[in-house]
Amino acid sequence: MDPMRRYILSGLSLVLMLLALYLIFVYVPTEKEMGIVQRIFYLMVPMGWLALLSFIVVFIASIVFLAKKQSGWDALAYSSAEIGLVATTGALVVGSLWARPIWGVWWTWEPRLTATLVLWFIYVAYFMVRSFAGEESRGARFAAVIGIVGFVDLPIVVLATTLWRGMHPGGVIFSGGLAPSMLLTLLVSLAAFTVLYVVLLMTRCSLRNAETTIKQIKVNT
Amino acid sequence: MNFLRKAMVITRKDIISEMRTKEIIFSALLFALLVIITFNFAFGGSQEMMLLVAPGILWVTFTFAGILSLNRSFIAEKEENCLEGLMIAPISREVIYIGKMLGSLLFMLVIEIIALPVLAFLFNLPVLSAKIIVVTLMATIGFVTVGTLFSALAVNTKAREIVLPILFLPIVVPIVISAVKASGLALSGEPWQALAPWLNIIGAFDAIFLVVSFWVFNYIIEE
Repeated sequence: MDPMRRYILSGLSLVLMLLALYLIFVYVPTEKEMGIVQRIFYLMVPMGWLALLSFIVVFIASIVFLAKKQSGWDALAYSSAEIGLVATTGALVVGSLWARPIWGVWWTWEPRLTATLVLWFIYVAYFMVRSFAGEESRGARFAAVIGIVGFVDLPIVVLATTLWRGMHPGGVIFSGGLAPSMLLTLLVSLAAFTVLYVVLLMTRCSLRNAETTIKQIKVNT
Repeated sequence: MNFLRKAMVITRKDIISEMRTKEIIFSALLFALLVIITFNFAFGGSQEMMLLVAPGILWVTFTFAGILSLNRSFIAEKEENCLEGLMIAPISREVIYIGKMLGSLLFMLVIEIIALPVLAFLFNLPVLSAKIIVVTLMATIGFVTVGTLFSALAVNTKAREIVLPILFLPIVVPIVISAVKASGLALSGEPWQALAPWLNIIGAFDAIFLVVSFWVFNYIIEE
């Protein structure tokens, strides 16, 4: 990985983060009904987005890994899953903090929340299978299978939980009910976290590849 | 021999071995009955209360008994190195998957066929209706499609007994939700139309995971 490109991306991520912070805490007006708490929204949505984005990357990298058997793709899937697990945990924690003042409870079995929790369990299973598999190569294969099966499962989970019960203000974003200033803040925040994801993924991936190389050298000597 | 005939040979092998050892069905059935009875102590009370929690009891029981029987499915193969025998046989890996899956499906259905009347008998519930049977059949197909895949995966790990439920339970969440809802609607005498959306989800799950598991099974048992 070209260090120059990483520095540029890190810098871009920093600038976007600072801009997002400025927009969230200074620029954007306080929401009328929910008050100051609504500002968590600009952290919660990017977290949920990262959780999903990481899982898409895990899914694609897993398919390519099973087809081509190149350890680089496994490293990509593994790194993405690690970031995804952190993002999913973050989304759940931030979501709870938001739900407490708005809905009056820390947790509710609302569709998107339930689906996020299921996603979290699939991510945890992904790492557990890896560590229980014994051999590294077998763990990689098994984890790839979990990555594929789990991702395919996710839409069905969302479908089932949505039919099961529903109450989430998420529809507002897509139905155009969000004020322009709020939409701008959300988009900048999303961009900042997406760039951060790319930076983290690149760094973790090259670290993981280095780990694999060192292990191979150790085995060979 | 064509694909299905080859798969049936594996299923037949499992049935014969099960008839001789009575390892899976008997133990899982006993376990299912004990779960039902334990639920009685947890929720036992009025008839209205029972009607309310019955779908939950039904599906927790079937899910747990399913995990138990699916776990056994590949452990026997692994312990006697039979899996290696299957793998050097002149059949594709997909045949092994379908054969093992049909065997597990049959075992789970036998367990459910016995457990359902017991539930009806013990709790005085109308669970022996066509609707409940259709829901059970469809949900069980979903259970065994992913269950067989994960059973083959779990048996190759260090902590095999715990790996299967950890993988299986989050993946089958849509089935559990839909089956509980559909059974609840059936118990309260709703028409087929009310059950349709839930049956659609279970059907979609069955079809999708039959295809996905069929495709990835190859990568689970290659050594």
